[in-house]
Amino acid sequence: MSEREVLHYFLEDAAHLRPEHDAVVEPNESAISYAGLQDLSNRLRDRLVHVGVRRGDRVGVYLRKSIDSVAALFGILKAGAAYVPVDPFGPPARNAYILNDCSVRAAIVEERFAEKFHAESDRLGRRIPNTILLDSAGGGRYLGVALEREQARDAACPAETLANSPNDLAYILYTSGSTGKPKGVMLSHENATSYVHWCSQVFQPNRDDRFSSHAPFHFDLSILDIYVPIKHGATLVLIGEELGKDPGRLAPVISEQKITMWYSTPSILSLLAEYGKLSQHDYSSLRVVNFAGEVFPIKHLRALKSLLPHPRYFNLYGPTETNVCTYFELPATISDDQIRPFPIGKTCSHVKTKVVDEQGRGVAPGEQGELLVAGAGVMQGYWNLPEMTARAFLPDDAGRRWYRTGDIVAENQDGDYIIIGRRDRMIKKRGFRIELGEIETALYRHPMVKEAAAIALSDEDVGVRIKAFLSCQDGRHPSIIELKRFCSENLPSYMVPDLFSIQETLPKTSTAKIDYQGLKEIA
Amino acid sequence: MAEINSELKEFILKEFLPGESPEQLTDSTPLITGGILDSLATLKLVAFLEERYKIQVQAHEADVEHLNNINSIAGLVQSKL
Repeated sequence: MSEREVLHYFLEDAAHLRPEHDAVVEPNESAISYAGLQDLSNRLRDRLVHVGVRRGDRVGVYLRKSIDSVAALFGILKAGAAYVPVDPFGPPARNAYILNDCSVRAAIVEERFAEKFHAESDRLGRRIPNTILLDSAGGGRYLGVALEREQARDAACPAETLANSPNDLAYILYTSGSTGKPKGVMLSHENATSYVHWCSQVFQPNRDDRFSSHAPFHFDLSILDIYVPIKHGATLVLIGEELGKDPGRLAPVISEQKITMWYSTPSILSLLAEYGKLSQHDYSSLRVVNFAGEVFPIKHLRALKSLLPHPRYFNLYGPTETNVCTYFELPATISDDQIRPFPIGKTCSHVKTKVVDEQGRGVAPGEQGELLVAGAGVMQGYWNLPEMTARAFLPDDAGRRWYRTGDIVAENQDGDYIIIGRRDRMIKKRGFRIELGEIETALYRHPMVKEAAAIALSDEDVGVRIKAFLSCQDGRHPSIIELKRFCSENLPSYMVPDLFSIQETLPKTSTAKIDYQGLKEIA
Repeated sequence: MAEINSELKEFILKEFLPGESPEQLTDSTPLITGGILDSLATLKLVAFLEERYKIQVQAHEADVEHLNNINSIAGLVQSKL
């Protein structure tokens, strides 16, 4: 059989081959078999087609992580549409903006989030046309009940699972945008499946594997988490939002669930090493630990490897626009003189990379330049932002589109890329990608704020801290507590500045722009 | 109890609100719902409570119900002494 190029066929195949096997598990709660997941997602497909969802449409997912939300993703894909997952704990105004921006045809929403979400949608002047409301999320029960309720009200006929083209849009993931609004990264079935097949080659999954799903679904780490186990008929173990942040509760769950393949940002792995009491549990099932999203401080990585020495560790690298495009396997032991973070490694086989200077010319091996990526993993573009999309790519003479990562890298003697820095104002904090401009835009919305500037400070212990500098109208300024409250209502929690500094006026360059270099000096 | 409150206030100001005027932080200022304590800060706070007062905070107690302001944190500590 040739390799599948459309995501939902992974589920169709697994449901045919091993219908009774656990497809998705919620720790201590419930599980759903492949046959069950197939049936539940087919029923959602039927409902979506019935309300008018067609190939190429977008459908929002506003649910906590659960069997229900996994079934929702597949139901949307089977209807031929693309899913747009939002952070259910993110600010409702931001989520309403996202689902309005890509004009979703329908949304699947948990009751507890619905009121605020609809209020924010109404403020934008567009209520989501077809909302399927779930009383809660967990076990797949609530999606099942919601669909029965809809069916009793207005019966839908069975529809066909759509045979999408590999170039059709599969999902849109919104990331922080420098203009102050999140931007939608459009990814196709082929973008995802080419990456999933690469994962198969490198990690050699088998049907007895148990994969963790730690990252939220609006985060690109979820693509490996969800689709690699389902392709192989293995089991996906969902780590919910609350559990995922709590190393004391999470550590025993990884052991009890016999997780074999772990994938997360370094920050939760650091917390597990520090607070998880890992030596008290059995991790003999764990064979691969993947991490991505930010630099893993060597101090914390060393602590983790000494507690869990036997798994293979991989540093995976790639922005949402390409998902993983380079990888590096850590040596079995970390030598004592290793003080720099490990490289991001070599190029994955489903994409190509090159390093160019500011004029777009290739640099000699070992010299610094911007990392560009082309090939099957690279996004189609940003939703409804043709100019930003054009700027994101550098076409070559053969017409190939190279995505500009913005990361400055150099190749070391072993042929592995190492990260040097960024060419713009994007940062990574706890694996989340943050445009400092988006924080500034939010601060400017505060009525007392006259000027705002945010910078990132590197911190030995936590990696990165964000410091905001403000000047205010008429010498009166909000308290830091008020600023934290204001930011938490307008930004995801990881974007709320850690530190605030109120100034008479912010330092300026000779061209009257905010002098970020000067701010770094006074920070 | 008053002593616990003032120790908590000092810790929270120093760790999570550097630069804030002490009088702005009251015993009822919302900490988690007010964006002052995120998940990482909550872990740090719990580690401080366990270390300083020699108590065990259960996973289900590390939530908005028990930790959202200085009064409720002090109440949690008091109940375990």
